[in-house]
Amino acid sequence: MAAETQMKVSDQVAVEITKMNKWYGAFHVLRDIDLTVYQGERIVIAGPSGSGKSTLIRCINALEEHQKGSITVDGTVLSNDIKNIDRIRSEVGMVFQHFNLFPHLTILENCTLAPIWVRKTPKREAEEIAMHFLEKVKIPEQADKYPGQLSGGQQQRVAIARSLCMRPRIMLFDEPTSALDPEMISEVLDTMIELAEEGMTMLCVTHEMGFARKVANRVIFMDQGQIVEQNEPEEFFNNPQSERTKLFLSQILGH
Amino acid sequence: MVQEHFAFVRSTMLPEAPPPAAERGVVKWLRENLFSSAANTLLTVVSLYVVLQIASSAAPWFLNGVWDSPSLTACRDILDGKMGGCFAVLSERWNQLLFGFKYPSELYWRPGLAFVLLFIAGAPLLFYKIFPSKMLIFTGLYPFIAYWLIWGGSVLVPVFALLGVLLGAFVYKRTVGASAGMAVIAGFVAALIFWMLSGFITGPMENVLAIEPVPSRDMGGFMINLMLGVVCVSLSVPFGIALALGRQSSMPIIKWICVVFIEFIRGVPLITLLFVANVVLAYFLPPGTSFDLILRVIIMITMFASAYIAEVIRGGLAALPRGQYEAADSLGLDYAQAMQLIILPQALKISIPGIVNVAVGLFKDTTLVSVISMFDIVGMIRGPILASSEWNGVYWELFGFAALLFFITCYGISQYSQWLERQLQTDHR
Amino acid sequence: MTTVSDPPKASFQLSQLIYDTRYRSYTFQFIALMLLVSLMAYLGANLVHNLAEQGQNIAFGFLAEPAGYDINQRPIEYDSQSSHMRASVVGVLNTLIVAFLGCITATLLGVTAGILRLSPNWLVRKLMAVYVEAFRNVPVLIWILIIFTIMTAMLPAPSAFRGEDPSSSMLFGSFAFTNRGVYTPAPIMGPGSLVVVLTFIASIFGVFYYRRYATNLLFDTGKLIPTGWPSLVILFVPTILIYFILGRPIGLDYPALAGFNFQGGIHIRGSLIALWFALAIYTGAFIAENVRAGIQAVSKGQTEAAASLGMRPRRIMNLVILPQALRVIIPPLISQYLNLTKNSSLAIAVGYMDVTGTLGGITLNQTGRAIECVLMLMLFYLTISLAISAVMNVYNNAIKLKER
Repeated sequence: MAAETQMKVSDQVAVEITKMNKWYGAFHVLRDIDLTVYQGERIVIAGPSGSGKSTLIRCINALEEHQKGSITVDGTVLSNDIKNIDRIRSEVGMVFQHFNLFPHLTILENCTLAPIWVRKTPKREAEEIAMHFLEKVKIPEQADKYPGQLSGGQQQRVAIARSLCMRPRIMLFDEPTSALDPEMISEVLDTMIELAEEGMTMLCVTHEMGFARKVANRVIFMDQGQIVEQNEPEEFFNNPQSERTKLFLSQILGH
Repeated sequence: MVQEHFAFVRSTMLPEAPPPAAERGVVKWLRENLFSSAANTLLTVVSLYVVLQIASSAAPWFLNGVWDSPSLTACRDILDGKMGGCFAVLSERWNQLLFGFKYPSELYWRPGLAFVLLFIAGAPLLFYKIFPSKMLIFTGLYPFIAYWLIWGGSVLVPVFALLGVLLGAFVYKRTVGASAGMAVIAGFVAALIFWMLSGFITGPMENVLAIEPVPSRDMGGFMINLMLGVVCVSLSVPFGIALALGRQSSMPIIKWICVVFIEFIRGVPLITLLFVANVVLAYFLPPGTSFDLILRVIIMITMFASAYIAEVIRGGLAALPRGQYEAADSLGLDYAQAMQLIILPQALKISIPGIVNVAVGLFKDTTLVSVISMFDIVGMIRGPILASSEWNGVYWELFGFAALLFFITCYGISQYSQWLERQLQTDHR
Repeated sequence: MTTVSDPPKASFQLSQLIYDTRYRSYTFQFIALMLLVSLMAYLGANLVHNLAEQGQNIAFGFLAEPAGYDINQRPIEYDSQSSHMRASVVGVLNTLIVAFLGCITATLLGVTAGILRLSPNWLVRKLMAVYVEAFRNVPVLIWILIIFTIMTAMLPAPSAFRGEDPSSSMLFGSFAFTNRGVYTPAPIMGPGSLVVVLTFIASIFGVFYYRRYATNLLFDTGKLIPTGWPSLVILFVPTILIYFILGRPIGLDYPALAGFNFQGGIHIRGSLIALWFALAIYTGAFIAENVRAGIQAVSKGQTEAAASLGMRPRRIMNLVILPQALRVIIPPLISQYLNLTKNSSLAIAVGYMDVTGTLGGITLNQTGRAIECVLMLMLFYLTISLAISAVMNVYNNAIKLKER
């Protein structure tokens, strides 16, 4: 694959998850998750709804608490210590299904809010960085508008730019295209592909299998809160091993 | 290649495991809800202290309470210096608190029966899914039955009142094809004329099928609060609908009449409207007519409630998607049909929680009539009971009782409204 | 040239007034207007007839006549020889006083209770729910009467403070809670006190300036300086310094027993306190619900997005949640203020001399001018309501979120 040669995977570990378990009340959502992510990897996580894939990536930046096992991000062990959580969150960017832009702030202010108040970047510099990333997601001309004035695809690209302004080393995508109209999906995927080509470590929960084939270096299939199968995309799609994987693929691809 | 490391297939699925001990049961609940941080623990301790303080000081007052004694001094003798409530005032003045001090005691069963029937009449409205809609016929008859039970007199009065309503409805039905607004007015005028004419019949025949009449000035106590609340809320819903539709109308004169009325009423306190009922309204009535104070108060409170309900319904109308109006138009329905069949059923459904809120607020506001010297429950407490030589000085027991009565009623209604709101939410899905 | 002929003019038929879409709305409006006018005329004729029968008329001359009654709380000079007009103005001021005090207290209570209702602490949440439900579901008149009872029937008489071994004593030696009201120390403004007051006002501006400076510093250089304790220092230290440098120009006049009553200090009557606190606690319960709903209206996604950008909870509250929640909270908050002002007319139940008590109460009873008094009373409340609604509309338009 042509992209393969461009997108290098180092052997430095970015995220290390060992024997991680999580419960919602008595419900066992994540069971014995073991996952090692190397820097520069593009991982696509797929699975039926309720399989725990969103919960998994939300645990990585401590939006959800896990109860057993350990998560290490860039050498920092995730604990209840607020300093550790801060450090991890500043390393990890996240893009949500419903964008979650701040509706009371302009696009530019959305992008500069965290750099100014968390990174303590002077405002002018933060704005330059923000404009840089807005150009990258191809909407610099919208900088002074409010989120409500943008289309869904534009909003999601702003959300990506907003995360990038914090200069994260790892990006988490939680179904970034599920809430979009079909014609807007590709503009967001293009942005994500570009990001991948630059060597960003990415974990994407998504149903976009075309994206997985093109960009991912491995695909993880989850069901009932556990990792059922993982492989490189070629093998995963052409030669699935588990029955559950086969069933899922036939449902999602077979129309 | 690094990729080789991770090719993985799970052969057996992991079973569901119980959460670790610290993550379940009482321990987890306590940790998360009461002691999650130092500040939280402190808050818990302080709140517990406050609760215990209140409970420990209030408990003896309730436990030592005296329920049987003829007067406050006798009650204090029984207590003999101990702390305790003189609840005897409630048992001794029970009837006065509920019915006022003049309602003939041998007739207490009549308002009592009307109160019980209220639930039967209200049930098919409030729980329209459970009760058969045929029961609505009784709901429609209830006002006339209740009037007869409470005020007494000849049965002809409520019967003719009912006939007037039916005539109005009939006239409305016949003319609604021409113009909805005109039909409302025509129906109203027809009913009015019928009532005026029927006065000539009911006047001389006041002893036909009559039960003992009770004049309104003899009514009092919590009964008045309930009566005013129920009567004014039920009357104000149709007026509120008319005002809301009028306010949305494309006809400028109609619209402005409604806007001015609504904004004026909402801009002044209820008490000024009660002043109007008490001292001003008489000037505007034909010379020689003397309306009951209760009737005047009902008129003013109904106007007051209509304005608020109109605003709630306007919100409901505005919440309907434009498509509903367009769909109704495109089906060839005229204005009255579109409103009756499509728009109002939906808008009213959305508005029910808001209407219930207005009803609760209004029910609480019925205590204001004590200011214009009517003897509702607050008026009874402040007037005849606290002023009597036996019970002068019993404050907590009386006010506490009144507060409790209102709390039970209003909390009940608002819980119902919340339940209904949840029901409606699931209906819409 | 071609001639364009007009379409043939249809002959007008009477039935068009009802069935023609062009005319029917005019017909209906005309009829409605006629009905309204005739109703007015009917009521007016009744009024004229009734007035004539009783030998009365409508005139506002009575407002200039001496009122002949005393008012116990007088924000402006007033005695029983002053006119009814002046009595009404005193009443208006008293209404505004209790409404102002009530609104501030209700806001403090409501915001606190509303935030605590979202506390992670179960017990606190439940306690606040009890407060909200208990006060929302019981008529405010009953609360006013209960607190008035505490103020007048439960508190000791001033005589209880007298003697060698008094049964009651003053709180901190300066506050006396008696059944005639609460007595608190009053400030005595000596020479130079103006400087102290001005310093304090300047300090308030200073705090705002400092906070803006801190934000600008962050924006310009990325340096975040603390704002919490320096604000307190700026607010109090200069004023205290000036106060002592000028030799303590502001003294306190302590209330003291003289004869049968307390003299000196500020006397807050039981009726004011009952009305003030009952309205505040009652309205506070409603405000608490508004605050809670406002904060909950901001979706959880906003908090999560801010948290995933590395922001701490307090900053998320200040920069993301509150600016959005306030837009939801403020409009109902203002209508609660309006309700409180209208409910303050219940003053008449405890004898607090607000405008309902003077104009709508004693003046009305003494002069018998019911129509004039009630009309003026309504106009007063209507003016306040309309003014506040106008402000609210301007505010709502200003904060509307920009959308497509």
